[in-house]
Amino acid sequence: MVPDKRVTIDDITAEVRDGMTIGIGGWGSRRKPMALVRALCRSSVKDLRVVSYGGPDVGLLCRAGKVREVVYAFVSLDSIALEPHFRNARQTGAVTTMELDEGMFLLGLQAAAWRVPFLPTRVGLGSDVMRLNPSLRTVTSPYADREDLVAMPALHLDVALIHMHRGDRGGTGQYLNVDPYFDDLMCMAAPRRFMSVERIVETEQFLAEGPAQSVRINRLMTDGVVETPHGAHFTECVPDYPRDEAFQRAYTASARSDEAWEEFRARYIDVTEAEYQQAVNA
Amino acid sequence: MRDGAPTRAEVCAAAIADCFARDGEILANPIGTLPVIGGRLAKATVAPELVMTDGEALLVENIIPVGVENPEKVVAGWNPYRAMFDVVWSGRRHVMMGASQLDKFGNQNFAFIGSHAAPRTQLLGMRGAPGNTINDVTSYWIPAHTTRVFVPTVDVVSGVGYDRARDLGPVAGRFHHLGRVVTNLCVLDFETPDNRMRLRSVHPGVSVDDVVGATGFELAIDGDVPESRLPTDEELDWIRARIDPNGLGEEEVPNP
Repeated sequence: MVPDKRVTIDDITAEVRDGMTIGIGGWGSRRKPMALVRALCRSSVKDLRVVSYGGPDVGLLCRAGKVREVVYAFVSLDSIALEPHFRNARQTGAVTTMELDEGMFLLGLQAAAWRVPFLPTRVGLGSDVMRLNPSLRTVTSPYADREDLVAMPALHLDVALIHMHRGDRGGTGQYLNVDPYFDDLMCMAAPRRFMSVERIVETEQFLAEGPAQSVRINRLMTDGVVETPHGAHFTECVPDYPRDEAFQRAYTASARSDEAWEEFRARYIDVTEAEYQQAVNA
Repeated sequence: MRDGAPTRAEVCAAAIADCFARDGEILANPIGTLPVIGGRLAKATVAPELVMTDGEALLVENIIPVGVENPEKVVAGWNPYRAMFDVVWSGRRHVMMGASQLDKFGNQNFAFIGSHAAPRTQLLGMRGAPGNTINDVTSYWIPAHTTRVFVPTVDVVSGVGYDRARDLGPVAGRFHHLGRVVTNLCVLDFETPDNRMRLRSVHPGVSVDDVVGATGFELAIDGDVPESRLPTDEELDWIRARIDPNGLGEEEVPNP
């Protein structure tokens, strides 16, 4: 028997409150929970601290004025190397950042998931990660080597948002592409965790879709699940659909002027998810 | 298939292949069009022991072409992003990265230009540069060698250079090693007493003065600088017929 943890997109955005730290799964412009991100852009929430292997999730939230700080190692659209809205937000000083190496980022999430205050690493030594994060500390090995290492602090999240290919009503999730990214760690690092999925299936269906190890998100990692078909659009969600490169170019063009953004926003953000999907197909 | 004399891009590919040729059984991880062409060229010719990816999450043993949709892959491993840190932190990788700025000790920046509060130009971010440079051999690829890239001082240190690694002391910096810097004009290395950047060879058709004029700091230059080698017929065949059939390398570095 599985519990029923199905929720709506609005239920999820209602959990995100001003000033929270939210972790967003996926990687670059790949398998991002874009339906949830769009809903956050429409909501009244503000002053978010966004933790992400960043793509258009970060750019959209910055452009919509939702972000106070971005915790990141990169923000990229993959086929377009630099995220245009994030760049504008940074270059106008609209958002601050915590600059991290992408491996330190992993360790921060892992420390939060394991409930330890930090994890030691060589990564960061000698680089400007230390200068740009004056609160970062080093730690000396208590063993005979006495080696000095960076103490990467836990990156505690308030809410985690991820997108998977398949899920069941109990909140188990399955990815069907080649890379799980860090979605399970995002969930483990947060007290409240929500997953959008391409399709909700019966639990019995998982092993017909992919091998047991593709069922990466177990019920201990989620508090709610919502079916959002095409919900990662315009990011890549193979094998269900590739990145919508033409749409991504249009999104990039919307960073060129306020008028371009307002037009994009009216058509694709200030609309319901159903209207968005309709507009995309038009 | 293309024919004729080797192009500048093909000279670059051969110079990049030489960067990986003696690495042994490690993950050769070139990033960028010509780095991938050069890395695969090394594996195809002199260094079959190199382990390489498909550019995403799979390790592949065959030589796959660049810029071709869904090439046939001989898969010999699963290497999602998370597993890459296992490789990097255990010291089994040689990465070739790009750089927006590079100084004479090999400090690299591709994070941002200007101030942290409101950068003049926001670039990629730190990406994996701090972890790559403190753990493994790192080389660089600069497709357009100019004084904008080769600067006296970088705005942000994302990849660690030799002066900073030395300041860390012999323990913390013991895995730091910068290989070579290959550009559209020349090959540079750090094989000097104080690990200052040295001009190793100039590509055919490029003068030492061309390189000096395109570099914003003083390079170590000892005696007559040799010419970068030309690719062999076997290498040209690999590049033109199998690794880069669509000539993407020629777009990245146009023939002068």
